[in-house]
Amino acid sequence: MQQGSKAWKYGDNVDTDVIVPARYLTTSDPAELAVHCMEDLDPDFASQVAQGDIIVAGENFGCGSSREHAPIAIKASGVSCVIAASFARIFYRNAINIGLPILECPQAAIETQHGDMLSVNFESGEIRNLTRGIQYRAAAFPPFVRDIMAAGGLIPYIRQRLLNAADHPFGVQKVEVHLDGEHEEAGTKEK
Amino acid sequence: MSMTMTQKILADHAGLASVEAGQLIEARVDFVLGNDVTAPVAIKEFEKIGVAEVFDRRRIALVPDHFTPNKDIQSAEQCKIMRDFAKKHAIEHYFEVGRMGIEHALLPEQGLVLPGELVVGADSHTCTYGAVGAFSTGVGSTDMAAAMAAGTAWFRVPGAIRFVLNGKLGGWATGKDLILSIIGKIGVDGALYRSMEFVGPGLATLSMDERFTMANMVIEAGAKNGIFTVDERTRAWAASVSSRHYKEYAADPNAEYEQTIVVDLDRIKPQIAFPHLPSNVRPADEAEKTPIDQVVIGSCTNGRIEDLRAAAFILKGRSVAQGLRCIVIPATQQIYRQAVREGLVDTFIEAGAAVSTPTCGPCLGGHMGILAAGERAVATTNRNFVGRMGHPSSEVYLASPATAAACAIAGYIVDPSEISEAPQHGIFETASRDRD
Repeated sequence: MQQGSKAWKYGDNVDTDVIVPARYLTTSDPAELAVHCMEDLDPDFASQVAQGDIIVAGENFGCGSSREHAPIAIKASGVSCVIAASFARIFYRNAINIGLPILECPQAAIETQHGDMLSVNFESGEIRNLTRGIQYRAAAFPPFVRDIMAAGGLIPYIRQRLLNAADHPFGVQKVEVHLDGEHEEAGTKEK
Repeated sequence: MSMTMTQKILADHAGLASVEAGQLIEARVDFVLGNDVTAPVAIKEFEKIGVAEVFDRRRIALVPDHFTPNKDIQSAEQCKIMRDFAKKHAIEHYFEVGRMGIEHALLPEQGLVLPGELVVGADSHTCTYGAVGAFSTGVGSTDMAAAMAAGTAWFRVPGAIRFVLNGKLGGWATGKDLILSIIGKIGVDGALYRSMEFVGPGLATLSMDERFTMANMVIEAGAKNGIFTVDERTRAWAASVSSRHYKEYAADPNAEYEQTIVVDLDRIKPQIAFPHLPSNVRPADEAEKTPIDQVVIGSCTNGRIEDLRAAAFILKGRSVAQGLRCIVIPATQQIYRQAVREGLVDTFIEAGAAVSTPTCGPCLGGHMGILAAGERAVATTNRNFVGRMGHPSSEVYLASPATAAACAIAGYIVDPSEISEAPQHGIFETASRDRD
């Protein structure tokens, strides 16, 4: 549970070219990428963002290039979570895989204003707008995705699997998804 | 249970009899791809996993195409990480500069992707191979690392939108104009998380190069993948690039689609996507005469031989407008060589265009044609986001090679028919020397 994080509000279709412009992709150093985070959309962001702040955006956040440098830059800039009405699918995967918390919640995305103070509970998907006294419930992650997050990202998850490979040696397994209806209504979309 | 074409490929690769939209699966991958931007990050992650070897050194391609030939010391260091890794793991399909091409033109050309295969690539335009009836999709570097180690990847099975193509393209309309008009219609998130399946009688009139262009840009509508029905043209193409065995998949007749969109190809006109979204599309003949500073003809979207033939057709005997830079980038060495043989390169140079060795270069604002503040480019590339080709106040207008070449002659945005009468659709599919 976090207390009172500042919201940075952006619109629809925030693309990975503005999150971290390609001219900086000759490095993959997180700290260096963070310096240029959101540069072409909001030149003040990188210098003013504080540890724990939250990005709130509209539809299709992270569209465009598959560059993992985008969620890496956001994470390294100190942002604790991205809340959007929806995410572009590669960005969604990348965020999960590197352990950047993201929440899909159209209502919160619409109603939150720049500078509002938010608190987020990742377990329950609950978002509270402390400035406006409004509460939202974001879509919960399916169990398989929660397993990846619990392992600390895809790499530790795969390492556990491959190094304990006796039961599934590179094997293929079916993973059931149980999305509960209430969460689905709260804005789940299929990835 | 009835499945879409994509779902059938996914089910087979997950070892399941059937899958349904929304289901999470882990699937075997046939091929993994990375480039000089994404692979260095993936290699770092791969090393954290702690396995000694990649899952299959013949099923990975490493292509240094974004900032190559190295633009500066930093990009040279990134390429070196990839080169060293390729050497250490004896990666069979590492393409050094000189053999390198833009990855999504190169892999199909080299016969590395065939119908029915499942490909993940750490590049968003990996969706290009849907043109040959493969399932292919872009992932990030961590996904690439995991796939290189385990030979598998996780997916949520997508639902699909079906595009039924009727009729035939005419005038200067190409596959590029068709996909731009589709993106304009459904929006940049119109197919978010879904497959775009292209079917219908009009399909037979689209060349493989046009299909590559279309599948390439499905990501600009947010799609997970785009996929084309395998037909005679696909089979002939597959036989021309590889003798490897492949499996054909087709959608079940009663497969469920979230939406069906019927497209009449006869009504498609040359399109321009205005800044700063690929969906901001208008017919070229309705655009104002906006002056431009640069034209780029190339990229994984439109750097193939047909694209160069169309551009050369317009540039032949004409001159690039005074004060405008026209940059032509054949997508692979093989395409470059073919363009030399056919005299296309000579045509470009004579017209006053610069011709470059294969590179992604300006498409992503990397190098080889960066825009200054306030400059405008018409490009055959795939994205026109803020700052995509250079300064944040510069502008990119997306168009087909024919339209881009026409703009290079005019010096402003123009419909290609104002510069040259359109030849019969399909004429650029066969080599010009075959026609002569």
